[in-house]
Amino acid sequence: MLTESEPAFRKPLLKTPFHERARAESQVDSFIPWSGYTTVDVFTSVEQEYFAIRNAASLYDLTPMVKYRVSGVDAVRYLDRLMTRNIARLKPGRVAYTVWCNDSGHLIDDGTVFRLSESEFRLCTAERQLDWLLDAAIGFDVCVSEVTHEIAALALQGPTSCAVLRDAGIAGIERLRPFELAAFTWPGLPPACAEVLISRTGFTGDLGYELWMAPTVAEQVWDALIESGRTRGIRPVGSKALNIARIEAGFLMPNVDFVNAEHTLRVGTARTPIELGLEWLIDFEKGHFTGRRALIGQRRHGAPRRLVGLDVEGTKPAVNALIYAERAGKHAVGSVTSAAWAPTSKRNVAFAMLDAPHFALGDTVWAEIYFSRELVWERRMARARIVERAFFNPERRRATPPRDH
Amino acid sequence: MSEPPAARADVAVRAPLAGRYDSIVIGAGHNGLVCATYLARGGRTVLVLEAAGEVGGASVTREFAPGFQVSACAHLLHLMPAALIEELELGKFGLALAAQRMPTTALVPGSVPLRIDPLDAAALGAHSPADVAALGGYQDRMGRYARALHTLLETVPPRLSAASWAERLAFARLAWPLRKLGRARLRELLRIGAMSVWDLLDETFDSEWLKGALALDAVLGTNFGPRSPGTVFTLLHRMAASGTGAPTLAQPAGGLGSLTQSLARAALAAGAAIRTGAEVERILVRNDRAAGVVLRSGEQIAAASVISSADPKTTFLGLLGSEYLDIGFVRRVTHLRTRGLAAKLHLALAEQPRFTGLAPEALSGRLLLAPSLEYIERAFNHSKYREFSAAPILEITVPTVNDPTLAPPGKHVLSAVVQYVPYDLAAGADEDRKALTDAMLRALEASAPGIAASIEDLEVLTPRDIERQFRVRGGHWHHAELALDQFLWTRPVAGAAQYRAPVAGLYLCGAGCHPGGGVMGLAGRNAARQVAREAA
Repeated sequence: MLTESEPAFRKPLLKTPFHERARAESQVDSFIPWSGYTTVDVFTSVEQEYFAIRNAASLYDLTPMVKYRVSGVDAVRYLDRLMTRNIARLKPGRVAYTVWCNDSGHLIDDGTVFRLSESEFRLCTAERQLDWLLDAAIGFDVCVSEVTHEIAALALQGPTSCAVLRDAGIAGIERLRPFELAAFTWPGLPPACAEVLISRTGFTGDLGYELWMAPTVAEQVWDALIESGRTRGIRPVGSKALNIARIEAGFLMPNVDFVNAEHTLRVGTARTPIELGLEWLIDFEKGHFTGRRALIGQRRHGAPRRLVGLDVEGTKPAVNALIYAERAGKHAVGSVTSAAWAPTSKRNVAFAMLDAPHFALGDTVWAEIYFSRELVWERRMARARIVERAFFNPERRRATPPRDH
Repeated sequence: MSEPPAARADVAVRAPLAGRYDSIVIGAGHNGLVCATYLARGGRTVLVLEAAGEVGGASVTREFAPGFQVSACAHLLHLMPAALIEELELGKFGLALAAQRMPTTALVPGSVPLRIDPLDAAALGAHSPADVAALGGYQDRMGRYARALHTLLETVPPRLSAASWAERLAFARLAWPLRKLGRARLRELLRIGAMSVWDLLDETFDSEWLKGALALDAVLGTNFGPRSPGTVFTLLHRMAASGTGAPTLAQPAGGLGSLTQSLARAALAAGAAIRTGAEVERILVRNDRAAGVVLRSGEQIAAASVISSADPKTTFLGLLGSEYLDIGFVRRVTHLRTRGLAAKLHLALAEQPRFTGLAPEALSGRLLLAPSLEYIERAFNHSKYREFSAAPILEITVPTVNDPTLAPPGKHVLSAVVQYVPYDLAAGADEDRKALTDAMLRALEASAPGIAASIEDLEVLTPRDIERQFRVRGGHWHHAELALDQFLWTRPVAGAAQYRAPVAGLYLCGAGCHPGGGVMGLAGRNAARQVAREAA
C-alpha cells in the first residue's frame, strides 16, 4: 500500500495487498511492473498456468487495474457523453465492457463500467486518465476520484471457479449471470469489511469471476480460495499465461493492440472503435458522445483499416509479422499486433491491423514470420485466413448456473 | 436617446413561415445586429433576441446620474470600417457623428500635455527633435502593415485543410497583401510581428512620453504590458480594423448607444424582428442540430439556425451545454483566456474639467495618462497579482465637449477607460471599489486640479460589473483575449473558427470570434456570410 517505510524513490513500485502471498507462491521470481505496482509475470511455468485457466481455476491479482469512482446526480449523463455505449440502459448490478474516444473518434481506452447503484459507478481502465475524466466532468454534477489503492482485486477464472467460490461459502454465487455483480458476505471476515463485491467478468473468455474487497481482508480471501480450490486445481497465474488466454478469447490489450489516442505522436497511429472491430460497442442513437460526429463520418466513408483475427498456418506464432496480400511479399497490407499459439483451440492465432480492402472475412493473406532455430534465424511466409477474433468461446462462459466441474 | 426601435411600428417585419424562423440571433449588441441585418437582407426570416430591456449590448448610452448620460461600456467608435457603416447605410438610419478624427493628447505629470495626433511637432521637437522625424516613418510603416492585415480581418478563416478551391483562393487572398509589401517590408513585419511594443518603440524613439502614449493603444483592453511579446500584433490589429491604417477616432452623437440604435433600425428595415427583454436560457438541440431556443420565460422558438453573439463560454458552456460537445472541445473552450482587465470610470461634473496646460480644443479628443513605458508596465505588474496600481492608466474623454446633450446645460461628463483593473481582484469587492475610485480620482486630480470638487456623481464599473451588466463572462471587451494564439484559426478555439459550432446549425458572431471586438462589426458580417454560404 501507499504507506511504505522505505523512501519511495528507492523502491518506486508499490506492493499489492496480495504481494506476500504471491511472493511465497512464486517459484521463478519473475516480477514485472504494472501501473506502479510490482506484479507476477510467471509463478511456475506459463504452460502450467495457462492450463489452470482453461481446465481448472486460476487466481490473478488485478489490484493494479486502475479504478475510478464516478458518482453524482449527473453520473449517467456524464458517462453517456464519455462512453460509446448506452450507459443509461445499464441497470444497477450490471457491468458493461465499453470504449471511449477523443473528439476525432480515436480510442483513448477500453474498460468496464460497474453500475453499483442508481448514481454510483466504478470504472476500470488500463491506464490512469484522471485529467481526461475531469475534463469530461466540466458541466456535469459529478464526482470522479481514483480508488485504485482502496480496492484489492482478484480474478478467479476457469471452469471450476464457481465451485471454488461455492465451497468457500459464497451462497448463491451460481445464480450470478455473466456481467452481473453482487455483494456477498465472506465467511470468517470481521463484520466491518466482510462484504466482497463479486462480478461475473474476466479477461479469459471463460467462466470466471472478479472479486473486489478491502485491502485489509485481501490475504484472508486469497487463503480461503486456495484452501477451497485445493481439490479443484486452483493455481495463481501471472500475466504471461493470461496474455495467451486473452488472445485466444479475442480481447484487446491497450498499448499492444492500440495506443491511447491522446498519447500517440505520429499521424495515423490512433485507432477508432470501428477500425478495431468494436462497432458493436457504439450506440449512435443514444444522443451525443465524444467522438460521435467523427465516427459517423468514418461509418459513412468506410474505415481505412481494420483489426481482424488471423488463423495462421503452421505452429510458429506470427509475432510482429508484416502481412502481405500475396505470397511473394511485395505489397504489405498491415501488421500483427498480438499473436500466440492457442493451446486449447489448437490454432496458431493472431490479431492483425489490415488496410482496406484487405480485411474481408474468409480472405487469405500472408504473414512474414521470423523465428530462430538455435540462434539461426529463418523466415517463413505463412498462409493466414481472416477469421472472427474470438477463437475460444465456450458455452460454459454463459451458462447460469454454471455446470459443476 | 431615441425611441427603442423594437417598439417602432413603421417598418414591416418579415414574418416567419409556420412560426419557424430561418435564423435566431442571440444578443442585440452591434455584432448581433450587423449579422441579423445581413441575413435579413439576404431574404431570410430573422429574429433577434436580447436579454436586456434595450438593444445595444456593450454599445449603449445610459443615464448614470440624474440628467447625465454616458456610453456605458465602449466609449469611442474607431474600429468599425467606414465601408461597413456605408454598406449598412447607418447614416440613413440615424447615426450621426458628434466628432470625428478626434485628437489624442498625452498627459504628462509635472509638464505640459503633448498632442501626438495630429502631432504638435514644435512641442515634441522641443523635447526630442529626432522623434519628430522618426514618428513620420513609424506611422508610414505601421500604416502599411495595418492595411495589409485588414484583409485578414474581413475574411472567414479558411480551413487549414483547404479542402475546397474556394478555401485555397481565400488563402491566396490572405497572402497577397503581405506579398505586395515587398521583400524588405515583409521581412521587417516578420521581425516585429510577434515582438513586444516596448522593444519596437524603444528602438524607434527617445521620448518616454511619446513611447508611453503610443504603447497604450497596444495594451488597452488586453492582459498585456508593453513588455509582453505579441503587443506589436495587438497594436497592428487595432490599426488594421478601420481599414485605413490611420486613427479614425469618432464619437457618435448621443453616445455609442446611437450606433446600435441605428443598427437596430437597419435590421428592422431589412425585415428582421427584434425582441428585447427576451433572455435565452438555452439553445434547443434536436438530432444533433440546433433547432431553436428556449427563453427564460419557458417560451420555445424554433429556427433552422441559431447564431449567438454571446461570448464563447456563455454560448457553449451556458446556453448549449457540454453534453452536446466533445470533451476536447470543451477543454479548449474552458481554457480560453477571458479575464477582463479594463474598468470604466464615469464622472458627472458640475463644470468643464481644466487639465493643467491643456489647450481647450484638446478636450474634444482623448487624453492618455500613460506617461512612459515603465509607468504602464508597473501598472500592469499589479494586475498580474490580482491588484490594481495606485498609479493607474487612463484613457479619458469628455464627451459633453462634442455633444452637450449628454448632460444638463453647462455640466459635463467624463468617461475613462481604466486599464489594468483585474477581473479577479484579490481583496474584498467593497473596500477595493473605494480604494480603486480613490486611486483614479487622485490621478485625475493631479492632472486636472479641482476636478474632484466638481464631481456631482460617479460610477465605477469593474470587469466584474461589466460581466454582470453586459453578460460577458470575464468582462473582457474582446470577449476573449486578443492575442496571436487566440486569432484566426484558433479564435475562439479550433473547431469553431469558421463561426460554426460543432453542433450543426449553431454559429457564433460575437467579439470572441475572429477578428475580435472593440465595436468593429466584422465578426457579425463574416458570420452572416458563413451562415448564408452553408444554409441553403
